[in-house]
Amino acid sequence: MPSTSYLVAVLAIVFGITLALRAVPFAVLGRLRESAVVRRLAMWMPVGILAVLAVTALHGTITTDAHGAGYALLAVAVTSGAHLAFGRRTILSVGAGTAVYVVLLNAL
Amino acid sequence: MSRLLRDDGAVERTEHISRGIRDSFSAGLGIFPLGIALGLLIVQAGLPWWLAPALSLAAFAGSLELLLVGMVATVTPLAAVALTVLVVNFRHVFYAFSFPLHLVRQPVAKAYAVYAMIDEVYAVNAALPEHERSAPRLLAMQIACEAYWVGGGLVGVALGSVLPAPVKGLEFALCALFTVLTLDAFRSRKELPSLLLAGASAAVALVLTPGMAMFTALLLFVGLLLVRHLVTARDTAQEAAHA
Repeated sequence: MPSTSYLVAVLAIVFGITLALRAVPFAVLGRLRESAVVRRLAMWMPVGILAVLAVTALHGTITTDAHGAGYALLAVAVTSGAHLAFGRRTILSVGAGTAVYVVLLNAL
Repeated sequence: MSRLLRDDGAVERTEHISRGIRDSFSAGLGIFPLGIALGLLIVQAGLPWWLAPALSLAAFAGSLELLLVGMVATVTPLAAVALTVLVVNFRHVFYAFSFPLHLVRQPVAKAYAVYAMIDEVYAVNAALPEHERSAPRLLAMQIACEAYWVGGGLVGVALGSVLPAPVKGLEFALCALFTVLTLDAFRSRKELPSLLLAGASAAVALVLTPGMAMFTALLLFVGLLLVRHLVTARDTAQEAAHA
């Protein structure tokens, strides 16, 4: 059982590093805002970062429950299909995909 | 007249806040169950219950906190904890490029917006068209998400002693959310090169460093974008020279 002082030290480290990672780039970029490379990266990055988050989240799901890999892929297809077919309603698409995965994983 | 204007402003503000809260619902579908999972893990690891809300407020970064529970339970050296935080949360460095922080003027609100810049908030705002973004909408979503996260953790702690086997697989909601947001951010063929470069980066990262795939994939992706920038800049210079 870790001591309270150890837990408090962990909390302080976690808070300090996470906040610095989030805040420092804004301070640095503020002065570079007009440069061509920063403007291009701002335009190019979002779709790619989102794709990386989607792929690594899928990988994490598959690693947690290896026997559910097929269900996870099917649920991604259901999520995308629902999103494109039913007018891009995020909650509906996320809910449908998650329901498919949870039901298949727990029932089979 | 001025009263009328102020009322209009207040109505618009309320509308933005309610939109921000609506934005938070789909993210909450992933965040709340993850918070419950965190609370359950903390209780099962024999750690004090207050660690759930304390961790959530100190870090406000879901994947990291789930990882930390195991490390804390085995009293991992603080230097190793610091390194893990640095690697797992390093992706936030890249969010600054396209996060609409300039919308938030008030200093305290601005500080909060930076502190609460989690994946889901970045993702939803990156997929939102420029003219639909606003400070109240952004902040309302961030506060709602933090409430789901802390609330989920407390529910998890409470359930921890009662529930033997929680429902598995709810964390898939995060994967579904990022999939949907990728589709939303992909508005035209112009986005295709970025998507292909990101896909290649993710594939390479999963093969080479499956344990820290996100970290490697984002570094590779940014590296490839810098190459793309150099190529584009050279082409533009050549065209200018020919003209």
